[in-house]
Amino acid sequence: MDNLVFRDVCYTNLDEFVYGIAKKPVQCHNGMVIGGGTVYPEINFTLPPMLISEATMPKVKAQYKEMIEGVCSKAHELNVPGMLVEIELLPPCTFNPQWGIEVTKVVKEVMMEYEAKFNLKSVLRLTPVDIREGKNLKHMYHGEHWDNLMETFRGSAEAGADFLAIESVGGKNLHDDAVMNCDLPRALFSLGVVGTHDMVILWDNIVKIAQETNTLPSGDTACGFANTSMVLANKNFIPKVFAAVDRVMSAVRTLVAVERGAVGPDKDCGYEGVYLKAITGTPISMEGKSSACAHSSTVGNIAACLADCWSNESVENVRLLGGMAPTICLENLAYDCRLMNVATSHGKALEMRDMLAESDRQLDPQAYVLDPSVVLKLSQKIVKGQTPFERTKIAASATIEELREAHKTGALLLNDREVRYLDILKEQLNSVPDDEMEFTQAMIKTNTTDKFDPVKYDIA
Amino acid sequence: MSNFEELSKAVIAGQEQKVKELTQLSINEGVDPLSIINDGLIQGMNVVGQRFKVGDMFVPEVLMSARAMSAGVAMVKPLLLDGQMTSKGTVVIGTVKGDLHDIGKNLVGMMLESSGYQVIDMGVDTASEEFIAAVKENKAQVLGLSALLTTTMLSMKDTIEALKEEGIRNDVKVLIGGAPISQTFADEIGADGFAPDAASATELVGRLIG
Repeated sequence: MDNLVFRDVCYTNLDEFVYGIAKKPVQCHNGMVIGGGTVYPEINFTLPPMLISEATMPKVKAQYKEMIEGVCSKAHELNVPGMLVEIELLPPCTFNPQWGIEVTKVVKEVMMEYEAKFNLKSVLRLTPVDIREGKNLKHMYHGEHWDNLMETFRGSAEAGADFLAIESVGGKNLHDDAVMNCDLPRALFSLGVVGTHDMVILWDNIVKIAQETNTLPSGDTACGFANTSMVLANKNFIPKVFAAVDRVMSAVRTLVAVERGAVGPDKDCGYEGVYLKAITGTPISMEGKSSACAHSSTVGNIAACLADCWSNESVENVRLLGGMAPTICLENLAYDCRLMNVATSHGKALEMRDMLAESDRQLDPQAYVLDPSVVLKLSQKIVKGQTPFERTKIAASATIEELREAHKTGALLLNDREVRYLDILKEQLNSVPDDEMEFTQAMIKTNTTDKFDPVKYDIA
Repeated sequence: MSNFEELSKAVIAGQEQKVKELTQLSINEGVDPLSIINDGLIQGMNVVGQRFKVGDMFVPEVLMSARAMSAGVAMVKPLLLDGQMTSKGTVVIGTVKGDLHDIGKNLVGMMLESSGYQVIDMGVDTASEEFIAAVKENKAQVLGLSALLTTTMLSMKDTIEALKEEGIRNDVKVLIGGAPISQTFADEIGADGFAPDAASATELVGRLIG
């Protein structure tokens, strides 16, 4: 398996670092090039309230057929230059791989029909749910959970998926605890040690399946990690500065997918993808105001600055005044992308990027760390680390300092409570030893096995 | 009684060591153990709950307060007479079958524990029969069901129906929550209440079994 090591960033010139163009574009089988100069919409949809069982599978498939037909029809009507369709399988469709495979077939069939009839180019990203959690999980890398996950990947790839992706969860229970306690060392252990360890094994297997099925291994996301922080911060449950630091730290974990052979586009809900693009040059999918149908965020515009695909995260198939929700979301995405692409064709992409950044950057630390210039600056520091642990530690330290400096200069508005947490986080980080083994042993001792069982991860 | 005020303040500030010292002082002075808990420790946590609800405290600060309170309660508990209650009630919580999301449910559990309830957490992907067994075994007054997915929220109805079939529906209040859940849905499936967040859930439990 690949073991790429990125010792330097891929971008050093801010003027090259913009939406729609990636230094390592992805060529799709149908001629679409992701990161080749055009921003494509990436639509994601899910079921309305209904149970999934063997008995309801015909209705489940009918729902997916209705959704993809509505989406393809609208995409054709709006002359989109191409689109990505993402299916994030629901848990029963990964616990029962055959159901996930059947969903894949239904969706792909309609996409191919529209390509044949109307030359509507589209590619399917298939994302099984990472079911490796819960009380019945015996081991992360073998047993029923692992087997079903891998079978879903392989079966979906054979059934027509173009891209394989996942929102992996290795170390997530540890991280949940870290978030609720604003415990930076624990978050560091979860992301920089356990999470990265898990990513190596998981992505080696995904990449192998992709090679054997002639599909593309696209990428991962810290959805279960930094997005949990983001949602809690936006509810005022935890400080926003913690969520911002967590986001940058999570980039190191997500990066492992590319080190092991993923080629992009990185997953939409991984806002840390901007760091991935800076370091590796792979294209990324992003979501912002377009994903308000799924969750709120404070990065609605700035998230688009570096996007190569623009996503809605997920929407359920319910009727709104304008039609069915997935179709409406596709329309919104299509117009957003059209505007960005027209700006590019007029040589105004950098101006568009900078306006998107300026509109959000000052108001929230989570937006501030997505600013392209900040991303480049922090990425250059992150790659100096020799191991994922070192890189994650550097990411935390550099982000804390960056936020503190931005607050001092007025580039970032923070209230006193948030500023106080910058000091608390810095103090916590100072308590982390430089020796990874020493840190790991200390962490294992202070965790219960229901939060993290090293045996299940083959970590001694 | 000024000692209680100090004790409450120490709980609010999450100062575990100070709480232990002040609790020991009260014990040494022969203060009624139940009064130490109710008028000092829990009083402090009540303020924490109110502050959290209006956004004046973050979750990690609430947890520090809860740990401080628990440390004090642990010192006093052995001194209580038989039958004196330290728990406000028992709540079984869990994420329903087919759903693996649990951060919201964990927050609810944490807030309930912080407010003096005994919480039995069933974890994620919990079947109706597991909930029923836990309710029976722990004589729970409240069952809290969580779901994030549109495809699992209907499991809540199944669990309520199963409670009826077991003949224990009237013995336990059912509280539901999660991103796709609404009061309308709670009414439709016959739940006793819906809470949009952890602080509201704690208040609702208080009202339901008050």
